[in-house]
Amino acid sequence: METLLSILRDLHPDVDFETCTTLIDDKILDSFDIITIISEIDSEFDVAIPADEIIPENFNSAKALYALIERLEDE
Amino acid sequence: MQINVLEYLERTVARVPDKLAYADEESGMTFREVSRAARAIGTFLAQEGFSREPVAVFMRKSPQAVAAFFGAVYGGDFYVPLDEEMPRHRIELIFQTLQPRIVLCDAATEETVRSFAFSGRVCRYEDLAAGPVDDAALAAIRSRAIDTDPIYIVFTSGSTGVPKGVVACHRSVLDYIESLSEVLRFDEDTVFGNQSPFYFDACLKELYPTIKFGATTWLVPRQKFSFPIQLVEFLNAHKINTICWVVSALTMISAFGVLDKVVPRYLRTVAFGSEVFPIKQFDRWRRALPDARFVNLYGPTETTGMCCYYEVDREFSPGDTLPIGRPFRNTEILLLDEHNQLAQPGEPGEICVRGTSLTLGYYRDFERTDAAFVQNPLNTAYHELIYRTGDIGRRNERGELEFLSRRDAQIKHMGHRIELGEIEVIVATCEGVKSCCALFDHDKKKIVLYYVGDLTPAALTAFLKEKLPRYMLPNVIEQLDTMPLTPNGKVNRVELRERYQARRR
Repeated sequence: METLLSILRDLHPDVDFETCTTLIDDKILDSFDIITIISEIDSEFDVAIPADEIIPENFNSAKALYALIERLEDE
Repeated sequence: MQINVLEYLERTVARVPDKLAYADEESGMTFREVSRAARAIGTFLAQEGFSREPVAVFMRKSPQAVAAFFGAVYGGDFYVPLDEEMPRHRIELIFQTLQPRIVLCDAATEETVRSFAFSGRVCRYEDLAAGPVDDAALAAIRSRAIDTDPIYIVFTSGSTGVPKGVVACHRSVLDYIESLSEVLRFDEDTVFGNQSPFYFDACLKELYPTIKFGATTWLVPRQKFSFPIQLVEFLNAHKINTICWVVSALTMISAFGVLDKVVPRYLRTVAFGSEVFPIKQFDRWRRALPDARFVNLYGPTETTGMCCYYEVDREFSPGDTLPIGRPFRNTEILLLDEHNQLAQPGEPGEICVRGTSLTLGYYRDFERTDAAFVQNPLNTAYHELIYRTGDIGRRNERGELEFLSRRDAQIKHMGHRIELGEIEVIVATCEGVKSCCALFDHDKKKIVLYYVGDLTPAALTAFLKEKLPRYMLPNVIEQLDTMPLTPNGKVNRVELRERYQARRR
């Protein structure tokens, strides 16, 4: 989780990613952020997020995103 | 001879009044509705004495905003699209240049508009569009209008920290729309999926051919561009067959393998530009849509949208760059070397544009206008302006134009044209910042900012979010103890670049 938070903080140092659950709904993350996050997750966790998992629900909070990574790691 | 863009709308309303013109997920407007609302707004502007002046339109991106644009033109004025995505500081800078006496807003933006430091009138679109239409008054305005009168101003990044307002007139827009339509073969059956925000000239590609042909434009919700499957599903749901997007929006789809799962099956014309299209990604698109036409477009805001095109007609290898091809009809490209002579075939030269598509220059800024819109140095006999783009290009062995690089610190990021100098000027205004330097990582497409100062990167980011549009925010911010300098005291960009490369490894 700490690795993921650091990826996110690099993009938006001013956002509290531990509590925010509206990263997409409140337009905090834009398409450039999403692309960056996916590619950083790929290199840090060795997890490729498939296209059908690139949906708002998985990116609205760090928690949801981390759950996705864990789910994909198990598969 | 057509001399006014509204003639497009008037011919189309007479022909297909009840066809859908512009739509988003919330609402749609037919040509009759667009025309009615635009004429009512024009009538209001005429009655209230707003004439030949900027009308700022600060509305949610919507079909109604388009009607407001045409309303300003009906009133004999020119529209200036602003957007809630723009930070307050930038809008106030734009207002300082414009000195607008009126701003059109809607229910969603009214509160924001009223909070600006601004003394002019604020009017709600909903009120004006429902008002009366005085066709005689509008006809009187039209009878005095000529085709070199302005239609719009769009603001582009300026290296001094103040955005430049590019003013375009009817003639240049008509020239552009006619040429572009010929190349991309738009017609009445064209269904556009618009990506560009309205505050860029890129949206002309959809907004004007729509009224010229009686086509339809769907405004694709911005959030879809973060979620590629939803984006393709949107295109399919509305049978969108033509898109003119920035390359990064297209690669967002292809890079994640979306095209293997769902194909935008109605697409027949895919135009793109503003950035280099990586061939690996491009090939995925071509394989997914073997029957579609793919057209690379190139052009600066100062020449009204695009001025060159290349329809992909052969295979390219990874590492190749798609050419920008050749100029539109009624436009000539001169490649000028450092001696202001035509560059030899294959040799680099500055891309200079000659033609009716030249805009009127920068609003209330004759100095910067005169620096970029200059007498054609090859012509010593009569007045003839060319626009110096600052882009370096060359002609390849096939005679096609290729873009090589920039002459200065201007970059293209996510399709946006950005002066790194503008970012530096804004950062330097932040209390606690002693010095700074912005770089661009061309491989990873990231804006990198180095600074020396007392505040944390988080505090600096929070400050910048208030001042800069989102696409200009640095993607990497690093605090330094001291700024590396060259022997003559300038920021040592080479050393910073090396430092950044080392950090990446």
